[in-house]
Amino acid sequence: MSIGILAYGAYVPAYRLGRDSGLRGRRVVASFDEDATTMAVEAARGMTTEASLWWATTSPPYLDKTNAAAVHAALRLPPSVPAADLIGSVRSTFAGVRAALATGGLVVASDVRLGKPGSLDERAGGDGAAALLLGEGEAVAEVLGLASRTLELLDRWRDPRRATGEQWEERFGFEQYAGLVRDVAAELLTEAGLPEADHVVITSGNAGITKRPEVLVKGARSTVGSPIGFAGAADPLLGLAAVLDVAGPDETILVLSATDGCDGLLLRTTARLPGHRAPRPVADQVERGRDVPYPTYLSWRGLLERELPRRPEPDRPAGPPSSRAGGWKFGFAGSRCVECGFLHLPPLRVCRACSSLDAMEALSVADLTGTVATFTVDHLAFSPSPPVVDVVVDFAGGGRTTLEVADADPDALSVGSEVGLTFRRLFTAGAVHNYFWKAVVR
Amino acid sequence: MASKGIKDAVAIVGMGCTRFGERWESSTDDLLLDAVGEALGAAGVQRDDVDAYWLGTLSSGQSGLTLSRPLGIDYKPVTRVENYCATGSESFRNACYAVASGAYDRVMAVGVEKLKDSGFSGLLRADPPSDGTAAELSLTAPAAFSLLDPAYTNKYGVDPGAMREAMTHVAWKNHVNGALNPKAQFRKEVTRETIDRAPKVAGRLGIFDCSGVSDGAAAALIVRAEEAYDYTDRPIFVKALSLAAGPMRGGLDPAYDFTTFPEVVRSAADAYAQAGITDPRSEISLAEVHDCFTPTEIVLMEDLGFTDRGQSWKDVLAGEFDRDGRLPVNVDGGLKSFGHPVGASGLRMLYEVWLQLRGEAGARQLAGPRLALTHNLGGRPGGCVSFVSVVGNQRG
Repeated sequence: MSIGILAYGAYVPAYRLGRDSGLRGRRVVASFDEDATTMAVEAARGMTTEASLWWATTSPPYLDKTNAAAVHAALRLPPSVPAADLIGSVRSTFAGVRAALATGGLVVASDVRLGKPGSLDERAGGDGAAALLLGEGEAVAEVLGLASRTLELLDRWRDPRRATGEQWEERFGFEQYAGLVRDVAAELLTEAGLPEADHVVITSGNAGITKRPEVLVKGARSTVGSPIGFAGAADPLLGLAAVLDVAGPDETILVLSATDGCDGLLLRTTARLPGHRAPRPVADQVERGRDVPYPTYLSWRGLLERELPRRPEPDRPAGPPSSRAGGWKFGFAGSRCVECGFLHLPPLRVCRACSSLDAMEALSVADLTGTVATFTVDHLAFSPSPPVVDVVVDFAGGGRTTLEVADADPDALSVGSEVGLTFRRLFTAGAVHNYFWKAVVR
Repeated sequence: MASKGIKDAVAIVGMGCTRFGERWESSTDDLLLDAVGEALGAAGVQRDDVDAYWLGTLSSGQSGLTLSRPLGIDYKPVTRVENYCATGSESFRNACYAVASGAYDRVMAVGVEKLKDSGFSGLLRADPPSDGTAAELSLTAPAAFSLLDPAYTNKYGVDPGAMREAMTHVAWKNHVNGALNPKAQFRKEVTRETIDRAPKVAGRLGIFDCSGVSDGAAAALIVRAEEAYDYTDRPIFVKALSLAAGPMRGGLDPAYDFTTFPEVVRSAADAYAQAGITDPRSEISLAEVHDCFTPTEIVLMEDLGFTDRGQSWKDVLAGEFDRDGRLPVNVDGGLKSFGHPVGASGLRMLYEVWLQLRGEAGARQLAGPRLALTHNLGGRPGGCVSFVSVVGNQRG
């Protein structure tokens, strides 16, 4: 059997830059507690693999340390699955796709795209993540071909010590890329014996390419660019996910990513697709969302320093305790008493209900929902974006814990509200990111 | 609980308490010297007559050296204790046991806290290195206690407006009481409108629903009961000392509803049994309780058995715990108005009942009190340590 796409997923953050930033549109922005790692977890929720995990980004939260290990832990993948970062440029994503096409595995691309205030990157970028699960088995799409062109080109670049990047004049890059995009498309379609593809997705950091993709390569049914603006490494997979959300069975999809050359992937959907689409369609995620005030956004990104509550900054999480508690911190697994069934979140060795010692089994509730037992808005607590909203959550089937609320709207919370879980970065202290789970109103 | 208690075995024969507040001019050393000096003076004894010391402080120093250095104590045993906000009571409890055991004749329990030097609002935590996941690392004390309010109104069908009035009454009452107390941090009455309109800190708790963040110290000299009259003609006898540390089940168990502190219920029952109290409502003359936040005092009235479940908010509004009510609570202003220098607070509560039971409380003196309760709590709803003492001015 050949390797195909078994599942896909996408994550679009909840916040939008509104009119007070001078934008006409609604720029998708990750919240203060999201980064390329947390969004990758959201995009790949529910997926698992025995093969490999490839994680691509241009905005890695860490260097030296493998970011994909946190994604691996949060997805509770088997320890034998290798996890690797593909970091630095948008092309990393296609490198991951190429690798996973050889061995099977999970490719997750995720990016927080930062631009200088008032820049094109701020205006026309987008934050988000998407995941593809590749492997043998019942696929939602088969792979018909993969092709590439490489070109050394000064179109987009960034000093590694700086948060924001540079671009040459857009028309220069456009003229370089246009021929490559057409070449890759022609090669893939010719080899597949197709006159055209049903759907064409063209993504690029060069706005000239994505402004009118149909002048380069036209799809019989649709020709689209990025669903949220240039989302860096996430862009090609987000574009593909949006098409997989709507494509019919037995339709061809051509994905073209123009960055330092061009990568192309030609797919044919199967009859399985309509019944196995991603649970959260990209269009729905883009449609929802709410505005964040521009000064708040700037403070989230460290571009504006605001007065915080008069509270000390938290301590950095420590390595050994974080390792010992890895199943809880990353996998959100508590301990359930095998004698009486009482679930402890976080895990404990002595049962709170029947006092049994070490009669526990690990149980993750990361994918469950719970109801709000009580909640509060804490104006005093330290937070990168006060106030902190906390809820006491009772899980369906037992177990209670207290969590911060992500993307909180206190007015929409009440006792009895249903919440799910989302993997977030609580804060960063001493250059250590404190990853943990938060409650989120679904 | 299986505690036997030490009823009437030991007595307080001298107490001291500094003025609480933002004591920018005074160091921890100064506060300790002032409180200890007042306690020694009240009992008419010298520093070197004290055989052993227990020092309670949450964060203003470590080890017994925090007390031996400023006092210049020569090679006496000094034990530092810490039990969250019940730290002051814990130093007193352990000091009492030392005398009751016969190991020492005269011991001193001291509590101190210097909170205002940090430059931060509220209490600071000194947590060990961790995985960074515990909610209490970020959730502040007012936020944790604010959870009582919606849970209580929800369980008993109390109109949130009426609950807000009851919370306001607690703050108003404790400010009225504190206004008569020359050692209190806040000595002004505050109108109900001001309390209601104060900026929010957490949930529905405004600034005036929260105890004062303060500096201060307090001390008690403890001797065997049969020798108490050698030091003073009005000693205070210890009837009961109880401490309960919870298993922290509430934060894990959906059955816990945030309308009670099981630890308080257990420690109160234990203390009443030790003291031989069967009806606290009629037998207790006054109570000093841990009003860290206004809903806490409302819930405590039920947990201590001063009123029925679901009734406290009504009794509070009816003024039953006012200074002229059926059971005066926090006549010195409480944590709310006297202030809450953590390690000192449990001893400050005892200081007020010491004054009241001796008839020395001045403008806020109650008529003929005989038996008093102090309640001191550390932690938060879902998991805390709770201390209850009963003391009286009669032996037997």
